Amino acid sequence: MANRRDFIKISALTTGGLMLAGLSSRNAAVFGQNITYKLPADLKRTPTYCEVCFWKCAGWVYKNESGEIQKIIGNDDDPACNGRLCPRGTGGIGMYYDEDRLKEPLLRVTDSAGKQTFKPVSWEEAFDFIAQKMQKIKAEHGPECTALLTHGSGGDYFGRLLKAYGSNNIAAPSYAQCRGPREVAFIATFGEGLDSPENTDIRDTRCLVLIGSHLGENMHNGQVQEMSDAIDRGATIITVDPRFSTVASKSKFWLPIKPSTDLALLLTWINVLIENGWYDKDYVEKYTYGFEQLKAEVKKYSPEWAFGITTIAPEQIRATAREMYNASPAVIIHPGRHVTWYGDDTQRLRAVAILNALLGSWGRRGGFYRNEKKTVNHHPMPPFPKPTRTWRDAMGDKFQLADLALANGVCDATIPSVTLDCHIRAWIVNGTNLLNTLPDQKKTIEAIHNLDLMVVVDTMPMEITGYADVVLPECTYLERYDSIRSLQGREGSIALRMPAVEPKYNTRSAWWMAKQLAQKLDLKDYFPFDSQEEELDWEFKQLGTSLEEMQRIGLRRYKREFDDLYYAPGETVEFMTNSGKIELYSTAFADQGFDPVPRYTKHEEPAPGFYRLIYGRAPMHTFSRTANNPNLVDLMDENTCWINPKVAKEWGIQNDQYIWLENQDGIVSEFPIKARITERIRFDSIYMVHGFGHSNKKLSRTYGRGISDSQLITRVHVDPIMGGTGMRGNFVTFRFDQAKKQEL
Amino acid sequence: MREEIIVSGRSNPLIDPHLEIWEWQIPSYLFLGGLAAGILFFAGLYTIMKKEKEYKTAVAVAPLITPFLLALGLFFLFLDLKHKLYFWQLYTTIKLESPMSWGAWVLMIITPLSILWGAMHLKTVFPRWDWKYPLIEEILDFFGKYKMQMAWLMTIMSVILGIYTGILLSAFNARPLWNTSILGPLFLTSGLSTGAAAIILMSKSHAERLTFAKIDLMLIAIEIFLIVHMFMGFRASTQVQIEASKLFLGGEFTTIFWVFVMGFGLVLPAILEVFELQKIKVPHQIAPVLVLAGGLVFRFIMVHAGQISRWLY
Amino acid sequence: MRYAMAVDTKKCVGCSDCVVACQTENNVPIGYCRDWVVEVTDGTYPQLELELRSERCNHCENAPCVRCCPTGASFISEGGIVKVKENKCIGCGACITSCPYDARFVHPRGYVDKCTFCDHRVKEGLNPACVAVCPTKCMYFGDLDDPNSDVSKVLKMRKSKTLIPEAGTIPHLYFLI
Ligand SMILES: Nc1nc2c(c(=O)[nH]1)N[C@H]1C(S)=C(S)[C@@H](COP(=O)(O)OP(=O)(O)OC[C@H]3O[C@@H](n4cnc5c(=O)[nH]c(N)nc54)[C@H](O)[C@@H]3O)O[C@H]1N2
Ligand SMILES: Nc1nc2c(c(=O)[nH]1)N[C@H]1C(S)=C(S)[C@@H](COP(=O)(O)OP(=O)(O)OC[C@H]3O[C@@H](n4cnc5c(=O)[nH]c(N)nc54)[C@H](O)[C@@H]3O)O[C@H]1N2
Ligand code: SF4
Ligand code: SF4
Ligand code: SF4
Ligand code: SF4
Ligand code: SF4
Ligand SMILES: [Mo]
Repeated sequence: MANRRDFIKISALTTGGLMLAGLSSRNAAVFGQNITYKLPADLKRTPTYCEVCFWKCAGWVYKNESGEIQKIIGNDDDPACNGRLCPRGTGGIGMYYDEDRLKEPLLRVTDSAGKQTFKPVSWEEAFDFIAQKMQKIKAEHGPECTALLTHGSGGDYFGRLLKAYGSNNIAAPSYAQCRGPREVAFIATFGEGLDSPENTDIRDTRCLVLIGSHLGENMHNGQVQEMSDAIDRGATIITVDPRFSTVASKSKFWLPIKPSTDLALLLTWINVLIENGWYDKDYVEKYTYGFEQLKAEVKKYSPEWAFGITTIAPEQIRATAREMYNASPAVIIHPGRHVTWYGDDTQRLRAVAILNALLGSWGRRGGFYRNEKKTVNHHPMPPFPKPTRTWRDAMGDKFQLADLALANGVCDATIPSVTLDCHIRAWIVNGTNLLNTLPDQKKTIEAIHNLDLMVVVDTMPMEITGYADVVLPECTYLERYDSIRSLQGREGSIALRMPAVEPKYNTRSAWWMAKQLAQKLDLKDYFPFDSQEEELDWEFKQLGTSLEEMQRIGLRRYKREFDDLYYAPGETVEFMTNSGKIELYSTAFADQGFDPVPRYTKHEEPAPGFYRLIYGRAPMHTFSRTANNPNLVDLMDENTCWINPKVAKEWGIQNDQYIWLENQDGIVSEFPIKARITERIRFDSIYMVHGFGHSNKKLSRTYGRGISDSQLITRVHVDPIMGGTGMRGNFVTFRFDQAKKQEL
Repeated sequence: MREEIIVSGRSNPLIDPHLEIWEWQIPSYLFLGGLAAGILFFAGLYTIMKKEKEYKTAVAVAPLITPFLLALGLFFLFLDLKHKLYFWQLYTTIKLESPMSWGAWVLMIITPLSILWGAMHLKTVFPRWDWKYPLIEEILDFFGKYKMQMAWLMTIMSVILGIYTGILLSAFNARPLWNTSILGPLFLTSGLSTGAAAIILMSKSHAERLTFAKIDLMLIAIEIFLIVHMFMGFRASTQVQIEASKLFLGGEFTTIFWVFVMGFGLVLPAILEVFELQKIKVPHQIAPVLVLAGGLVFRFIMVHAGQISRWLY
Repeated sequence: MRYAMAVDTKKCVGCSDCVVACQTENNVPIGYCRDWVVEVTDGTYPQLELELRSERCNHCENAPCVRCCPTGASFISEGGIVKVKENKCIGCGACITSCPYDARFVHPRGYVDKCTFCDHRVKEGLNPACVAVCPTKCMYFGDLDDPNSDVSKVLKMRKSKTLIPEAGTIPHLYFLI
């Protein structure tokens, strides 16, 4: 197939004259070194909520006397952050000051020599181009042949635009690449998912069990804060991780499990609890369905059996089960968040849900509280047209239980096939760097090549922007309004984000872009207000406040309106499952032909000389989005490959030596990665932080630094229940040169 | 395995991965200071001993270069400063606790002294010299009357200057390699030795050269003795000092120290000087040049190795 | 008044928020820092221990950096806070060499810079920026002479250590262990 949409190398990304010389280094100071100290009261502050990750902490942006952004600090009233942002939020300031930002709308053009480049264009030209293409697709194939892939605030507005246009293909990587299996498992068990922020009552727990959930490195703010409170109050932490994670070092029990075997441990724990009667009998009796089937099914999972699989000693398994029971119901078997690991993830999360049910922690203090959330009403607008087709048509009858769209499913639906009468022809990509986000890059690129139109809305020249037909530069969250943040939690809260400064360069907000496009597409009724301020003011008034008031207070909390935070003793609770009970035996799964009670499945192990590739977060970075942020690059400028000293010795690898990795399919990493020889990782795995190894040279601080785990994740273990993309079934070996690369 | 890393990405230039704040300027400054101190010490000493005639080079010739050595040293110190425009702040305070401060003040006293001394002896060296300005002659005549007092002052100040070049380093408790009281006497001895070497180089009198060869031999012996003691002290001291001394005993400075400082800078010139005393013919310039080079290298590696040595925690 | 800080190594997660917060609060240029985070791992898999420490100037009671400063640019200010007067500093580096903790650095403008315990905030009754931002609330600040200050209270409750006490500097930065 012709590479219609070549990845445009950066040199061509914009007109030469406008480029800053590429000599900026991590040491280059980006903001004026103003030495005069100013106190908060002297500085002007404006409210915001953070966009560096999706916890959405509310904060204040402070400016110095010259009107430059000086610092961002948390809003004391915000239940998500309690006045303390995480390092990424504090360093969010670098998003604004990054001189590598996208600066103007760009259009892909082919010059007379056939070379593709980006040409800076006016907004008008960009919108005309997009509108014309979209009208054509609508006329020729129907509006359903378009999709929105989005992660982040602007998604609300582009989503509205796409629905108004007639498509429902709206997917976020935070589902099938992230928490999807967890949501499906908890919906199957308790009739409701966890969503974000999770309703884990960590603050009041007596025992927190973390299964590969590396809180503290996973810097979701409120959870980390509550975990710290729990440590202060002497709560027991049990961590199951093949790596000595930060939180493992703070745990009473660290179970250094063989990766991919967690389900064996979980089922054994269930068995041990049941065998010993270490479960909440009243709770199970009153609220659950299918206990006997569960009991019969897990009988075979003894600690001795699990030892052979997980390498966790039987006494450890029993001792930790006992610890959980002793703390119950104030115990949390944490469901984790990024859970798309091995393809049987929904079943693993079912086991987690079942454990919580047995210990009676759902709906109880120190377990999981009941969420409360304020609904934001939008101004009345015409109903959306009903799409006749969706991405699901490309799935056959698979993944019926997925409650949200699959980003990878959209990819599948974009690649033409005989079973598909019409494939997706246009993508709007907003705030997601799909090349580094979806596994199996080859497939993503194939899908992209099948598009007639790809619009990328981003703030940075990421990998994904190189594939766009049109690049729309969004201003950063510090320079714009966005939709109202309404967060779930122990109580509802709403927050405002407003521009602290004027947008730099020729950048605009998603709202403005969506509205302009809506006008071009004759859909202006869906954007009834002339300005975003008016729209927000209208919405705030429905919530009993106003834009003017919110500009002053930034955040508003609401008292709980409905039930209590926890179930009252003996309270009758109606669960939203088929049986109306907590389903230890899932009737929904049974209906779909899946195991109603989870069963252990064995996963492939690394061949000799290969190591399992596992990855995670560094507290100071968010995926690939912060990799070029000057403030955060200063804290960490590349990822390293964690290697156990025994393995390093076998291979003769020195600490800090740069090496290449090659995966089981012969893919060699594009860049070398620095070896970190550390006892903190098991001998059968290597570990790295996700989000590095950027190949776009325009990212002057991060280009070529470290490697991208996504590039090596070519084998995807798709979850048969909900379509999540299991990404930890890949194995790598070490290379000391990049030779293989040339052959490919 | 123990792994200790900075996870917040600190890499402050001049500090990480180890201290590198003092490059060539400070060791050169210390060398020049020590050399000048050595020369001025002997000038003062032989004046007090009333042996100006026999030791013309030591008393009259060699001191002529000391104002230049000291000025160059001060210039190097200036080059080392990172906030140069504030240089004058050095002379707004006298802080006795700070070797840097009293070093600056000692230089403030000894530099004019050396200029004066040089001027007074210019005519001894260049008999046809004419100051042209009678005022200068008058001033020199005035000071000429206090030559003895000046000699005393110069001798004392030069000892202080010589010791200062060592104390500047040994005052830093934070750098285990420097943290030894031997460094003051050691640098003084080394300074005197380079001073003696410079005099040998400049002297045209065989007798004077022989005397200074003897003196130098003695100084080298003391120096070797002090160095051996310094290492024995380190070995018997805390873990951090044992670690620090390893830089010279197997570590990265081993070769340069034992070959260039000990071998070519001390032992070999000592042998050559013994030859000279035994009247075995070798070009007389070799030994002093080796001593001077050895003294310079010694200061360079002490300054650099010291910055690498650190407390362990 | 003797200001001091205590950092709980049991709660610190090494996130380095304290470092960025200091940079934005105090205009520390990118590439430099007044505080930093050290991670120490000991043992053999799976018998491991890990200590995380957010470090900065110890505001030593017996401060070698102040003693060796030739100009008096380094001085002990109110509450025992060790500070540098920019326009008195000649950048000789003596103080940097004298600090066993490598807590000082040369600001790109030439003078020596270091942690000030955020005295501009402390004067206003606020906590230092790093303490105020820490998501795990693992840092405590206050006056050692005031038994009711956060730092006095936590030091009474918990076991603590200082770094290189043998160096005799009498540090005012404590680590709860
Ligand atoms: N290999 C691998 N893949 C993974 C994961 C992993 O750990 N390893 N994690 C998975 C998980 S849990 C998730 S949630 C997803 C996350 O996946 P993504 O959300 O796609 O993550 P990022 O790589 O941060 O991409 C964010 C993009 O948004 C852009 N951006 C940042 N701010 C703005 C803004 O204000 N406006 C706009 N328009 N754009 C903005 C950034 O420049 C960047 O291009 O990735 C998943 N994929
Ligand atoms: N700083 C920071 N914080 C973030 C993010 C970020 O980008 N940066 N992203 C946020 C998002 S969207 C998400 S989804 C969360 C993700 O946060 P988590 O849900 O905590 O992430 P995971 O990637 O599942 O967990 C990574 C951990 O799993 C361990 N692990 C690997 N394989 C196995 C295994 O087989 N079994 C077990 N038990 N453990 C294993 C790894 O060693 C590592 O410690 O983080 C959120 N928080
Ligand atoms: S957790 Fe950190 S990055 Fe995420 S929203 Fe909050 S402050 Fe921002
Ligand atoms: S902010 Fe707090 S938790 Fe994070 S590294 Fe600093 S001290 Fe540790
Ligand atoms: S830690 Fe270093 S800079 Fe701070 S007072 Fe002590 S010696 Fe001085
Ligand atoms: S660098 Fe500045 S503060 Fe430090 S000792 Fe020299 S003059 Fe004093
Ligand atoms: S006290 Fe202030 S100056 Fe010192 S490290 Fe903390 S934030 Fe920085
Ligand atoms: Mo995620």
